[in-house]
Amino acid sequence: MPEESEITGNSSVERLWIKRLSGTTKIVILLGLSAIGMVSYDTFYLILLTVFAFVFYHAAHLQWQKIRALVYAVIGFTLLNLVLVYVFSPQYGTEIYGTSHVILGRGFFALTTEELFYLLNMTLKYVFIVPLILAFLFTTDPSELAAGMNRLKIPYKICYAVELSLRYIPDFTREFKQISLAQQARGLEISKKANLWQRIKGSSQILVPLVFSSLDRIEVTTRAMRLRRFGTQKKRSWYMTHPLSKLDHFFIIITIALIFLGIWLFKVNGGRFYNPFV
Amino acid sequence: MPTTPIISLKNVTFQYQNQSEPTLKNIDLQIKPGEKVLLTGPSGSGKSTLGNLLNGVIPEEFPGELSGQLMINGKNLAELDLTALSFEVGTVLQDPDAQFVALTVAEDIAFALENDNRFVDELHQRVQQWAEILQMPDLLQQKPQELSGGQKQRVALAGVLIDDEPILLLDEPLANLDPAAGQGSMELLDRLAQERGLTVIVIDHRIEEALHVPFDRIVVLKDGQFIANDSPTHVLQSDVLLSNGLREPLYVTALKDAGVDVSGLDHLDKLADIILTPDDKSKLINWQQRLPRVQVKEDPVPLLNGNGLTFGYPGQRMIFENFNFSINAGEMVALVGQNGTGKTTLINLITGFLQPQSGHLTLGDRSLDSLSVKERAEKIGYVLQDPNQMISKTMVFDEVVLGLQLRGISQEEQEQRAKRILQVTGLYPFRNWPISALSFGQKKRVTIAAVLVLQPQVLILDEPTAGQDLAHYAKMMDFLRKMNRQLDVTVLMVTHDMNLMMSYADRTLVLDGGRLLANSKPAEVLTDPALVQQAHLSQLSLQKLADKVGIADAITFAEKFSAYERGKHDARRV
Repeated sequence: MPEESEITGNSSVERLWIKRLSGTTKIVILLGLSAIGMVSYDTFYLILLTVFAFVFYHAAHLQWQKIRALVYAVIGFTLLNLVLVYVFSPQYGTEIYGTSHVILGRGFFALTTEELFYLLNMTLKYVFIVPLILAFLFTTDPSELAAGMNRLKIPYKICYAVELSLRYIPDFTREFKQISLAQQARGLEISKKANLWQRIKGSSQILVPLVFSSLDRIEVTTRAMRLRRFGTQKKRSWYMTHPLSKLDHFFIIITIALIFLGIWLFKVNGGRFYNPFV
Repeated sequence: MPTTPIISLKNVTFQYQNQSEPTLKNIDLQIKPGEKVLLTGPSGSGKSTLGNLLNGVIPEEFPGELSGQLMINGKNLAELDLTALSFEVGTVLQDPDAQFVALTVAEDIAFALENDNRFVDELHQRVQQWAEILQMPDLLQQKPQELSGGQKQRVALAGVLIDDEPILLLDEPLANLDPAAGQGSMELLDRLAQERGLTVIVIDHRIEEALHVPFDRIVVLKDGQFIANDSPTHVLQSDVLLSNGLREPLYVTALKDAGVDVSGLDHLDKLADIILTPDDKSKLINWQQRLPRVQVKEDPVPLLNGNGLTFGYPGQRMIFENFNFSINAGEMVALVGQNGTGKTTLINLITGFLQPQSGHLTLGDRSLDSLSVKERAEKIGYVLQDPNQMISKTMVFDEVVLGLQLRGISQEEQEQRAKRILQVTGLYPFRNWPISALSFGQKKRVTIAAVLVLQPQVLILDEPTAGQDLAHYAKMMDFLRKMNRQLDVTVLMVTHDMNLMMSYADRTLVLDGGRLLANSKPAEVLTDPALVQQAHLSQLSLQKLADKVGIADAITFAEKFSAYERGKHDARRV
């Protein structure tokens, strides 16, 4: 069954300070820093953000086993991205920094220090943002997240839709498995033994019952919510809301300070890029 | 002493927009504050429609034509929309999974108050208070999928009672619960109603199970009209239930059939309080002695065997360890036990949906271990509880023939086999119908036919009669018995229904915590109090009657009575 990891979370994990941070704070940190981090190419600034991000990553006490697949996928994607950027514009670094120090080869594909430096800055963005996302993803309760979104003036119906979809994922997965197996028993072959066309054709045999039983479910759930007055008021409160604590204020202030620092650096550097070549 | 009714319907008629006839016709109903009413009726009688009218789902979600006068707690229907009504009537829906909207117990209890935008402190305080009232403070952080059926229902109750509505409406509260959990739920409801002076309306056709706690009134609907509206004792004294396709408590049927004059019996709704004269007792004893003995099947031959099965989900406690079972050829077997005890897991192991970590399954002298899901389905058919989860074609014939098509069987043979199954299952006249035009019971038959067309030796059904009234129930069970006899299919049924087990099963497998507590005749299971308690089953009222009257051999009595009952269903249809 999915999600057992969340359930067995023992009390020492419960007391992690990162879990006590409000959803609002986490959204502010994540959105604020990724925005400024995406724009800035100041190496020292990005390193500073990386250090900041790893504070959270460390605090989350993530199990390598749980995040391994995700991390490998991101690394693979990043490498691919770097290669593609180089292939399509190997002289972009030179264009940005205005100088050209060739290390290897010549002509269009000549590898320059400038290009490498540019790619390093790009990589740094991933290096800070991925641990931050992972840390928040695994330490934030979905209801807390919805409550946090709502505090940031996102309409509560949208926030609740997010929460509701998370609520029904386990049910939906179970139902999908059940239907899929029942259809396989009927004789549906969806393993690799069947060719692609057969598999696509066969999947409708799972989708039809899945869609119909889900529609039924949605109708009943909507009624259950209306019978308890969902959507009747302009505002809604959340059981999982925590008032912002000192810790929350502390991190929000630091985030704002970091954003201002980033903007100030644009001025100092005369643009988004820190240029060590002139 | 006149009291103003809290619910008052005068001459209420309702017709759904797309129907040609009203579903409710000239309904008059007065319910006094604090009354407990059991609203019952056969399928399609309009009882759910009436429930939806009381909580405002009608006319808001199902438009239609409504006439007559409806007052709830002193307010006219005109001033009451769904939102306003939700402060007067708290509704617990039938499907506890759908009712449970939030991610944790605490949030679900708080849901209504969250929607009223109450202060967070108040939410926490009220949730805590209700968790204590319903004795589940340690469940507050649990997720819905971790709870048992009975626990989900307690959460649902807390989630509507937290507003202090004066009226509580429950739609089929007994539908998804094992017998013991069902009794627990009714007792809880009774306690809450007394402590808080609630007016309670229970909609259900499981009359005997509901009457586990006292009701003030039974209201019987048929074709949109009341055919009874009286105290439980009076309703039970009459024949209104049985003659309208509803099951009356078994002991009442036994008393009536034994020739006891029930019109003279007070408290007919509570067996323990009935006072029988020596004359009544001797009537019962004589009657039961005259009932024919049940034929016992000759030497059983094991067909489906499990040996040393071991299974557990990764990282979790083992569900089965070195588990053995066997099912005899040609029998109808009931698989019973409380929710979450491994019944579904066992079925999934048999069908090959799950693979055991060790152990073997054999069918006859053939090993099933190396067969895929698809191959096993040709020997063991499995019908899910909800037909909507199985049906993937729009026409009846296409659905039935699908399994054969996918196995590349010749066109000619496909049609021949499908035709035979359609005839045996009584679906032949419907073969060119769209499935959406069929009733629930007919749809279920289609799914059974679609499985039987593969000519399996074993047919497994999950709750074959869930949600069906007595008439439909008897039809479905007779149908299964016919399949069992005519096609020589061994039938394994997962069920919570003790009546079904007693009346139709040759044998009962009792599962508890991954162990087989019993593999014996249904009557033997139900007359073993320790077994009944451990496996969350419930005794038949018939046994209590036997004790009361002094019939020593309760097993034989229960067996003979079940066979006699089954015979009556058969006779009624001929």
